[in-house]
Amino acid sequence: MKGAVAARGPAHGSAHLSARGTWFLVAPALIPILVLSVGPLLYGIALAFTDAQSGRTEATRWVGLLNFSDLLQDTLFWDSFRIGLVWAVGVTVPQFLLALGLALLLGQDLRLRWLARALAIVPWAMPEVVVGIMWRLVYHPDAGVLNETLRSLGLGPDEGVDWLSGTATALLAVVVVGVWAGMPQTTVTLLAGLQNVPRELHEAAAMDGAGAWRRFRTVTWPAIKPVALAISSLNFIWNFNSFALVFVLTDGGPGGRTRLPMLFAYEEAFRYGQFGYAAAMGLAMVAVIAVLLAVYLSRRLRGEGEDR
Amino acid sequence: MTQDVPPRESSWPGRRRVTRRTAGRAGQYLALLCYLVFLAFPFLWLVSTAFKPPRELGTLHPTWIPRAPTLDNFRTAFDEQPLLRAAANSLLAAAVSALVAIVLATPMAYVLARLRTRFARAATGWVVVSQAFPLVLLIIPLFLVLKALHLVDARAGLVLVYVVWSLPFALWMLTGYVRAVPPELEEAAAVDGAGRLRTLVSVTGPLLAPGIVATGLFAFITAWNEFFFALVLLKSPEKQTMPVVLTHFLGAEGVADLGPLAAAALLATLPSLLLFAVIQRRITGGMLAGAVKN
Repeated sequence: MKGAVAARGPAHGSAHLSARGTWFLVAPALIPILVLSVGPLLYGIALAFTDAQSGRTEATRWVGLLNFSDLLQDTLFWDSFRIGLVWAVGVTVPQFLLALGLALLLGQDLRLRWLARALAIVPWAMPEVVVGIMWRLVYHPDAGVLNETLRSLGLGPDEGVDWLSGTATALLAVVVVGVWAGMPQTTVTLLAGLQNVPRELHEAAAMDGAGAWRRFRTVTWPAIKPVALAISSLNFIWNFNSFALVFVLTDGGPGGRTRLPMLFAYEEAFRYGQFGYAAAMGLAMVAVIAVLLAVYLSRRLRGEGEDR
Repeated sequence: MTQDVPPRESSWPGRRRVTRRTAGRAGQYLALLCYLVFLAFPFLWLVSTAFKPPRELGTLHPTWIPRAPTLDNFRTAFDEQPLLRAAANSLLAAAVSALVAIVLATPMAYVLARLRTRFARAATGWVVVSQAFPLVLLIIPLFLVLKALHLVDARAGLVLVYVVWSLPFALWMLTGYVRAVPPELEEAAAVDGAGRLRTLVSVTGPLLAPGIVATGLFAFITAWNEFFFALVLLKSPEKQTMPVVLTHFLGAEGVADLGPLAAAALLATLPSLLLFAVIQRRITGGMLAGAVKN
C-alpha cells in the first residue's frame, strides 16, 4: 500500500497523502458501508439457505439448498425469470440503438439540437413512479393519447386497445416505457464517448471518400466501443433488476405476464413473508448478473490500472 | 457501391452530390423530429391531463390541449391524499440523507482519488458491484436488522438506508471531481508553507465545492425519486414519501381518477426536474469522469 505512494514524491512537506494518515478520512464512509451494505448483503446471501419467514415464532433453521431445489421446480419463478430476460434484452438493445442514433444526431450541427438535449434529460430526472403513471395515462384505453392518435390515423379499432391489460400487448407496452426511461442516460454517456473520436481521422476518412457508414465503422465505433460496452452491460443489469416502473404500470399483470423477477421476489418477501425463499431468488438473479458484471469490471479495473 | 470513385480534388461538386447531401440533412432532421416526439409526447400528455376538467377526461376522443383548463385537479389531489405531508417527508429524507452522505463521502473520495492502492481499487470495484445487486437481496436483511432496532416504519430508518445507498455513488462522482484538481496546486501550497488542513480548506475546497454541491443535489434527487425502500420500510400513511403516496391514487383495481393523478404526479416531478436542469452538466460530467473513463 505505502510503496505506491512513496514512489510518487518527496515524503516530507508534500501534499501527497501517505496511506498511514488516511484512515480517519476513510472511516466515516467506510464503516456505514460495511455495516449497512456489505454486512446485510452477506446476511442476505446467508438467508437464502434458511427457512426464514416473517412473523414466525420458531427459530430460523438452515435448510441447505432446499430453497434452490424449490426454485428449480417453481414454474412461476421460471416464467418470471424468462420474462426478466426478455424484458432486459428487449429494453437494453433498443435503448442502446436509439441512444446511439440520438447521440450521433446530437453530435451533428443541427438546429433543434438544444431542444433534444434538454428533452432527453426529462426521463432521467423523473421519479420512476411518475414515469409509470404518465405512461398509464398515455396507454389508457379511453382517455389515452395513443389510442386517440391511432384512431385519427385510421389505424386502431374504435373501442380502443387496453394496452397494459391485454395479454398480447402488456409486455411490449412496458418494454417501450423501459426504453423511453433509460434512453437519456445512455445517450449522454455515448455523447461523451463520441468526444473521444479523433476529428482529424474522421476528416481524413471523408477525404478518402469513405461513406457515412464506413466512417462510422472504421473511425467512430472503435473509439466509442469501450463506453458502449460499459453502458450496455450496466443497462442490462439495471433493467434486469428493475422494479418501480413495472410495479406501477401493471404490477406484474395481466396474469403474471410482466412479473419481473424483482416483482416476484418482492411479493414472496413482503406479501407472503417468505424471506429465505425470496433471498434465494435474489441470489439466482445475481448469477445472471455476475457474468455481465465480470465483463464490465475487468474492463473497468484494467482501465483504472492503466491511467497515469 | 463498388464503383464509388473518390472525388477528384478540383472537381466541381456535382448536382447529384448536392442533392444527396440535402437529402441526408433532411433525413437527419426527420430523425431528430421523431426523437423529439417520442421524448416529449408522454410528458406533454401528462401536463395536458393535469389541467383537464373531468368531462374532457371521460370522453372517447380526448383533446390534446384542454378546452377549459382548470386547476381543480390540483385541489382535488390535495383533498384526496396527504400530499403536503408526503412532500415534507420526502424533502426531509432526501435532504438529510444527501447532506450526511456528502459529509461522509467527501474525505474518503479524496483519499480514493489521491491514493492508488489496492484498497482504493477494491473500494472502486465495490462501488460498481453495489450498483448491480438486486435490491431485494439487500432489503430483506436490512428489514430484519432495522426491525430489531425498531427502525422499521420510522423515518430515521429510511434516512439511514438512503445514506448508505447513496454513498457509493457519491464516492464515485466525488472521486472524479477530486482527480480534476491537479495535485500540483496542493504541492505549491505546501511549498508555500501551508499545512495539510490549510491546503485542503483554502486550495482544494473551493475548487471542489461545485462538484460537492452537484453530488449532493444528485443524491437529493435520487432519494426524492426513490420508491422501493420507501414502499417496503414505511407502512404508516403519515410517514410515507411522495412516490409511495402517488401510487395510492391508482386505487385498488387500477381504476384511477386521472386528473388528480396527473396533477399530483406533475407536482412530484417538479423539484427533481428543476434541480436536475440546474446541475445537469456537472452530473453528466462527474459521472462520466468516474464511470466510463477507460
